[in-house]
Parts: sequence; structure tokens; C-alpha cells
Amino acid sequence: MDATDLARWQFAIVTLYHFLFVPITIGLSFVVAVFHTQWVRTHNPDWMRLAKFFGKLFTINFALGLVTGIVQEFQFGMNWSAYSRFVGDIFGAPLAIEALLAFFLESVFLGLWIFGWGRIPEKLHASTMWIVHVGTLLSAYFILSANSFMQHPVGFRFNPDSGRAELTDFFAVLTNKVQLVTFPHVAFSAYLVGGGVLMGVALHLMRRESLRASALLRGVDDLDSTAGATRGGTGSSATAEMTMTAQARQATAARADVPLYRKAARIGAVLTLVAGVGVAVSGDLQGKIMTEVQPMKMAAAEALYETSPQGAGAPFSVLTVGSLDGQHANALIEIPGLLSFLGTGTWDGEVMGINDLKAQYAAKYGATGDPTLVDAATDYVPNIPTTYWTFRLMIGTGIAAAGIAALVLWTTRRGRAPTSKWVLYAAVAAPLLPVFGNSFGWIFTEVGRQPWAVFGLMTTASGVSPSVSVGEVVTSMTVFTLLYGALAVVEIKLFLAYVRKGAEPFDPPTEPSDVDEDAPLAFAY
Amino acid sequence: MELTTFWFIVIGVLWTGYFVLEGFDFGVGMLFPLLGGKRHAQDAADADKRRRLLLNTIGPVWDGNEVWVLTAGGATFAAFPNWYATMFSGFYLPLLLILVALILRNLGFEYRHKRPEPEWKARWDLAIFWGSLVPPLLWGVALTNVVRGVPIDANMEYTGNLFTLLNPVGLLGGLVFVALFLTHGAIFVALKTDGPIRREARAVAGRVGVVAAVLAVVLLTLLGLDHGKTVSWATTAVAVVALLAGLAANAREREGWAFLGTAITIAMAVASYFLMLFPNVMPSTTDAAFNLTVTNASSTDYTLKVMTVVALVFTPIVILYQAWTYWIFRKRLSTKHIPADVSLEHAAEPDTALRS
Ligand code: HDD
Ligand code: HEM
Ligand code: HEM
Repeated sequence: MDATDLARWQFAIVTLYHFLFVPITIGLSFVVAVFHTQWVRTHNPDWMRLAKFFGKLFTINFALGLVTGIVQEFQFGMNWSAYSRFVGDIFGAPLAIEALLAFFLESVFLGLWIFGWGRIPEKLHASTMWIVHVGTLLSAYFILSANSFMQHPVGFRFNPDSGRAELTDFFAVLTNKVQLVTFPHVAFSAYLVGGGVLMGVALHLMRRESLRASALLRGVDDLDSTAGATRGGTGSSATAEMTMTAQARQATAARADVPLYRKAARIGAVLTLVAGVGVAVSGDLQGKIMTEVQPMKMAAAEALYETSPQGAGAPFSVLTVGSLDGQHANALIEIPGLLSFLGTGTWDGEVMGINDLKAQYAAKYGATGDPTLVDAATDYVPNIPTTYWTFRLMIGTGIAAAGIAALVLWTTRRGRAPTSKWVLYAAVAAPLLPVFGNSFGWIFTEVGRQPWAVFGLMTTASGVSPSVSVGEVVTSMTVFTLLYGALAVVEIKLFLAYVRKGAEPFDPPTEPSDVDEDAPLAFAY
Repeated sequence: MELTTFWFIVIGVLWTGYFVLEGFDFGVGMLFPLLGGKRHAQDAADADKRRRLLLNTIGPVWDGNEVWVLTAGGATFAAFPNWYATMFSGFYLPLLLILVALILRNLGFEYRHKRPEPEWKARWDLAIFWGSLVPPLLWGVALTNVVRGVPIDANMEYTGNLFTLLNPVGLLGGLVFVALFLTHGAIFVALKTDGPIRREARAVAGRVGVVAAVLAVVLLTLLGLDHGKTVSWATTAVAVVALLAGLAANAREREGWAFLGTAITIAMAVASYFLMLFPNVMPSTTDAAFNLTVTNASSTDYTLKVMTVVALVFTPIVILYQAWTYWIFRKRLSTKHIPADVSLEHAAEPDTALRS
């Protein structure tokens, strides 16, 4: 493996890792802001309990999103210095603006939200979480406009004197047509994740509390009969009675929380469904733009080797066995015309195949004669099995998550709180499916762009840092992989511990005015 | 003024903001074992309370402080892409260490209080201590080397290795950063707390401050002899005077003035660095012709104009709301304000319940 491959692996590992936490942050900040606002509006204790509970889970997750983001900020300079020099004039601006506009908002106002209990008025307090949420969306907007530039460069010119791409129209970069469809798609997929986490956690707790209440009540029944049998007999009946009332109290408490979690699970399910529709609609728009600006990516998404001419209607295969190398691919299940529809908006539009596109790209880009860009060996075809499967998995996970959401809404209708085993499976799948769906989408997008780092302008291979040795990249990659692996274990354990703890009992909040100067803080580290 | 000069100043200001603000939370982290340790605490419970007190002085603000360096990084990328590319690919391993340290330290802040077990807390205490010590040390080494110059070739690529950076002056630079931030952090603790810890923090600041002053004078003189200009000598002088004045105020128990003193010291020391550097951004020791300068490292005029508009509009807003949070959390804290540890308490025990 050379330094380029290593740098690519490293980029993929740290960025995909960052993006496990990012959509959870975007999605959950929205959920917590809604709960907190509902509390301020209605003063129904349920909303406060939910806001605090999901707020805790949110901060556990945010911490990792934050620390992995720091790496992102510097790694372009570390591993991709040639790339940074080449596009810095354009690419640096959104990054800097992201920090100035978004990161400050997120971090400052999250500090206020976390420590604000009893120290700032409640309306202001609830609005801080909205500001955090707006910060996360701004963050996504600016970083995606940088990424969209790489997918479809606009608003620049190539300056032969300086040998680099130079910005000519910043507004064009911010309103790149790829960006305009990418941002909604990413935002909806983040809400899908937020809905999934909310639904999953709440389902699990709903089921657990319900089972616990019945188990305790069963215990109470047993105690009742024993107490009856021994009444007037031995002296232990007093203790039995005490245990009984304690258990009965616990059972009532558990039972009382079932509607709380049921409500939360249903809100999560609605959010998942709405976001699922948004993801599909925006994804469809993305497909059209992608076919226009990166036709090879669309062909790669379907492993379509031969052009499907106008009128034929390219099918979309749901499942394929074979080698996907253009010779033995055998689609088992096909939906006629769907690929044409995704790419062109008509059921029989022309979709170019890999072979034709390869010739077309070679004629277009091979002619530049610049050996740092492309050479005779460049074949313009990304890794087909990866693009093919990740595209399907992305869509599949979304459909599955939406399916679960629909099922949850149905089975919890009119006060029902099912406790069968499938609820547990649904609770586990609901958050995981959309989180990994996001990863698949990114792998598809980024691998499908190869061999380009900036489409049509600079190849990935020519972007790496010339002064960084293989040893250095191996070191950093090993360090990050081990560290991130360990942190994943820590974070998941902590997250689950707090899920298990459940929402805390309602504790009426104090307003700043009635805080006693010497009283302990309502919240402290 | 040339836009390139303006952006050189902006980046200087961003690093200044970073070191003045994050400087004290680095200091607080480094003081964990001392102010929250056996020496001052009565018992383990008291030590934990003290550590939590220290943490809570910076709890609401440390993340906002750190964003200054992210903005400095982003702004360098946008305004001087060649500087960004050369510096971060060249200083690869030190930067890697800084990143790892920041990751562990930030998680320490966020996760320490989330579980009650002493082993859990002890592990994050280590992360907080080392994570607060390593970054200032290495930023000091790195930036001092930037001022002194490092081997850079005609393609703007760094040609040295890790050991090129570990020269005596570079290392002294690292020590000065550590000593200054320790002093700054101790004074911050004195300013933000009440009770015995406030007195102890002042004492620490007094002692470390003298060491910091001596080391800083040596370092800035050494650098000044090679790279000094009239203005950089002036800022150096202000830095030293402010430090001495700050220490005097500290001895008189005027913590607000003392904090202002160390803040000015740090700001003026960073200013001296940038003034010595200008108009270079990364001088080459291989050949002065290979120096990275504000001109040959910069973006185009158009990009700088766009960035200038954004910076002029948003930087004041950011400073306003960040200052406002400091105001909200202005109250002094003492161990009596630290509530009982309730992390993971009330945890339901579903398993036992289900089994019964
Ligand atoms: C759970 C998340 C999720 C779900 C259910 C979907 N997507 Fe997606 N998709 C993403 C998460 C995502 C993503 C991770 O957010 C990507 C990566 C880059 C981007 O813009 O969004 C993405 C990229 C992406 C691209 C690539 C754009 C490009 O490279 O230019 C296309 C064409 C689609 N999606 C299309 C769809 C369609 C038609 C979907 C369903 C009907 C769909 N996606 C569901
Ligand atoms: C957070 C979501 C993102 C994920 C998960 C992601 C993932 C990936 C992956 C998996 C690769 C490797 C592709 C390959 O080597 O075949 C890659 C490449 C790359 N991506 Fe992205 N990416 C993301 C966002 C971005 C953004 C926002 C940028 C720029 C601002 C970016 C810039 C790059 C660059 C420079 C490469 C080149 C390295 C390479 O091809 O390996 N990526 N990315
Ligand atoms: C590869 C390019 C990327 C860079 C350089 C980057 C940089 C960063 C940094 C430095 C932070 C920490 C901010 C803080 O201290 O508060 C962060 C967090 C964040 N990033 Fe990224 N990021 C990248 C990819 C992405 C993408 C593609 C998105 C969204 C589509 C995104 C969205 C966010 C959000 C929402 C946060 C704040 C929430 C959290 O910490 O989880 N980032 N990012």
C-alpha cells in the first residue's frame, strides 16, 4: 500500500466515524428542542422529563461528534496538502465560515443549555437548544457546500500561472445545484436518525417498564396470598406487608411511565416517517442532478455497462448475483424503468452505460495532457461492487426504518403498549438502520466520485501530501483507529447505561430569581 | 492596508483569542492533581469535590474557547492555503499528538461526571491532566519553530522531521507556554472560586508565575535578538510588565486585575511572535528565497474580500454572545455549590425485578 491508499483509508475511517455522530447530533438537538419548548408551553412534567432524558443522551453523543470534528478540521492539511494548495482558495472559505458561524453557536449555546438549569429564565433556556440546532444545520450547510464543490466544481477558474483553482463567485459555490439537493437530503437523513434514536430508546423503555410493572404486580399477588395465609400467625407479616407496599409503589411508578415512553416512541415514529418521505423525495432529485453532472456515478450505482437507449427504460435491480464486472451480472429481481426514472424523471429515458462513458471521459479528460491529473492508466471507473451495494443498502435501510415506524404507529394505536419480543428487535434496529444508511450513502457518494478528488479537475492520487511519509500515515492511522475503536466502546456503554437509567422523576425546576445564593447548583459536572 | 496583511492580523488575533481563553482552561486541567490532590484535600471525597469544583469553573465555557483554534485553522486554510498545507503536513506527528490529547481531554470534561465509580473518574482525571499539558507544550514548540524558521524546499514542502523541531529554543518555547498557562489558570481558579481553594490557587500562581516570567524573558530575548523589530520589542516589554503587574495584583489578592495581567501577557507574547514573523508566515532555513510569505502563501484577492466581509460582520457578534455567557456564569463557586453525585443514581434494576 502506498501513501495515497493509506491516506484514503485514513480519510474514510475518520470521516465515516465523525459521521456516525453528526446525524445523531442534528436529529436529537431538534428532538430535545421540541420537548423543551413543549415544557415551556404546557408545563406538563412529561415534556420536561423527556427533554432532560434525551438531552443527556444528546450530550453523550455530542462529545464524540465534537472531538472527531477537530481531527477533520486539520486533516486536509496533514494528509492532503497538495489538494489543499490546489483548491484552498475556494475550499477554505466554507470551512472557515463554518467555524465562525456554526461551531461557535453550537458550543457556546450548548454550554448555556447544559448549565442553564436554574440560572437562566426558562424561555431563554429552551431557545438555546434551538440555537444549537440551527448551528448544526449551518455546520452541515457549509461543509456540504465544500463537498459539493468537489462533486461539481462551480464558481471558479483554473489559473495556469498559479497552477491552482481560484474562486470567482462565492455565491455560486454556496448555491451549487448539487449543494441545493444535497443539503435537504442530508438534513432529512439526520432527522431520520433522530427519529430512529427517539423511537428505539422509547420503545425499549416502554416495553421494559410495562414488563417490570407486571412482574412486580405478580410479586405483589404472591405476597398477598402468603400474607393472607400467615395472617395472625408468625410475626413476619409486618415485614411482608412493608415489602409489599414498597413493591406496589414501584410497580405503580413503572406502570405510570409506560404512557410517557409510548408517547415518545410515537413521536419518534412520526418523525421517522416524515423524514423518510423527505429523504426519498430529495434523493430522487439528487439522482437527476447526479446523472447530469456525474453520469458515471449513476451507471456505477446500477453496474450498468451498456447504455440503455431512449425508449428502452433502464431497470433498477434490487438483487444481483454474479460478479458485477459487466460479464456475469445476473439481476434476480428487477424493477423495470426505475433507473431511468431515478436518473431522468421519465420511465424510458436514456441512461448511459459504463463502457460508453469510459470512452467519453477518456476523450474529454485524457486530452488535457497534464500528467499530474490523469495518465494513461486512469480508467475513470469507480469500484463497481462498492457503489452498487452501498446505493442499495442506503435506500434499503431507509425503507426498513420507515417500515418499522409504520408498524410501531399501528401497534401502539389507541393506548396500546405491546411488550412482545419484536418490540425489542425494533428498538435495536430503529436507531442502527438509519445511522448505517448514512454511512452507506457517503461511501457511495465518495467512492462513486473516484478517481477524482475534485471532479474533472484533480485526481485523488495527486492530492496527497508529498512530504508525509508512509510511516507517518501508518502511525496516525493506527493511532486513530485504535483510539476511535476504544472510544466507541466507552461511548456505547455509557449511552446504554443512561438509556437503562431511564427518565428521571420530575423535579420542579427553579427559576433564577428564587435561587438561594448558597444552594448547590441545579446542574454541575 | 493590504488584505493579506489584514488577514495575517486576523489569524494572529484568532490564535491570541485561543491562547488567552483556552490558556486558562489548559491551566485548570494541569492543576487537577495539585489543587484537587492529596496535598490540599482532606480525604478522597474532598478531593473529588475539589476536582468537580475546578471542572465547573470552566464547564460552560471550554468548548467555546476551543472553537477559536478551529477558526484559526479554517481561516488559515481560507486566507493562506499554502501556509495551512505546509504547516500541518510538515508538523504531522506533533499535530497528531495534539489532536489525540484534545480528544481525550474533551471527553474527560464531558464524561468524568457521568459515572460514579472512582476508577472511571481516575482514568478521566489522567486524560484531563495530560490532555491539558501536551497541547500547550507542543503548540509552544511548533509556533516557536515557525518564528525561528524550519527547512522548507522550493516546492514549499517541509523537509525536516520531528527532531528538527525538538531544538533547545523550540523546547523552551513549549515550557514557556506551559508555565504561562499554568499561572493564568491558577489565577482564573482564584477568580472564580471561594473557600480554601481560592487561597491555594493564588499561592500556586505566585510561585509558578515567577518561573514563567523568567523563562518568558529568556525566550523572547533569544527570539528577539534574531528576529526582533522595534514593535515586537515593545509588545515583549508590555508582556513582561503585565506579567509582573499581574503577579503583584495576585499577591495583593486582587484576582480580577491579576487575571487581566496574565491575559495581556499572553496576548502580547502572541503578538510578539506574529510581529517577528511578518511579512513571512513560515520562513525557510534552507534558503530565504523559499520563505512562505503573506504574499506567496495567500489566496486571491477575491477570496480575501469575501472572507473580510464575513469576518467583519460575524466576529463582533460571536464575541458579544461569548462574552455574555461569561457574564451569565460569573458567580464564584465553592465546594458547597457542588451537588451530590447523582450520575446513574435511581437507576432502575429491571433484571432483578424481572427475575423475582
Ligand atoms: C439513512 C440515510 C439515507 C437514506 C434513507 C437515503 N439516503 Fe441517499 N444519501 C444519504 C443518506 C440517505 C447521505 C449519507 O446523506 C448521502 C451521502 C452524500 C449525500 O449527499 O447524502 C446520500 C447520497 C445520495 C445520492 C448521491 C448524491 C451524489 O453523490 O451526488 C443519491 C443519488 C441518493 N442519496 C439518493 C437516494 C434515494 C433515491 C433514496 C431513497 C429513496 C435515498 N438516497 C435514501
Ligand atoms: C461526513 C461525511 C463524509 C464521509 C462519510 C466521507 C467519506 C469518504 C470516503 C469513504 C472516502 C474514500 C473514497 C475512496 O477512497 O474511494 C472519501 C474521500 C474523500 N472525501 Fe469524503 N466523506 C464525507 C464528507 C466529505 C467532505 C464534507 C469533504 C470535504 C469537505 C470530503 C472530502 C473528501 C476527500 C478530499 C476525499 C479524498 C480522499 C479519497 O478519495 O480517499 N468528504 N470520503
Ligand atoms: C470533512 C469535513 C468536515 C470537517 C472539517 C468537520 C469539522 C468539524 C469540527 C471541527 C467539529 C467540532 C465543532 C465543535 O467544537 O463544536 C464538527 C462537528 C460537527 N460537524 Fe463536522 N466536519 C466535517 C464533516 C461534516 C459533515 C459532512 C457534516 C454534516 C453534513 C458535519 C456536521 C457537523 C455537525 C452538525 C457538528 C456538530 C455536532 C457534533 O459535534 O456532533 N461535519 N465538525
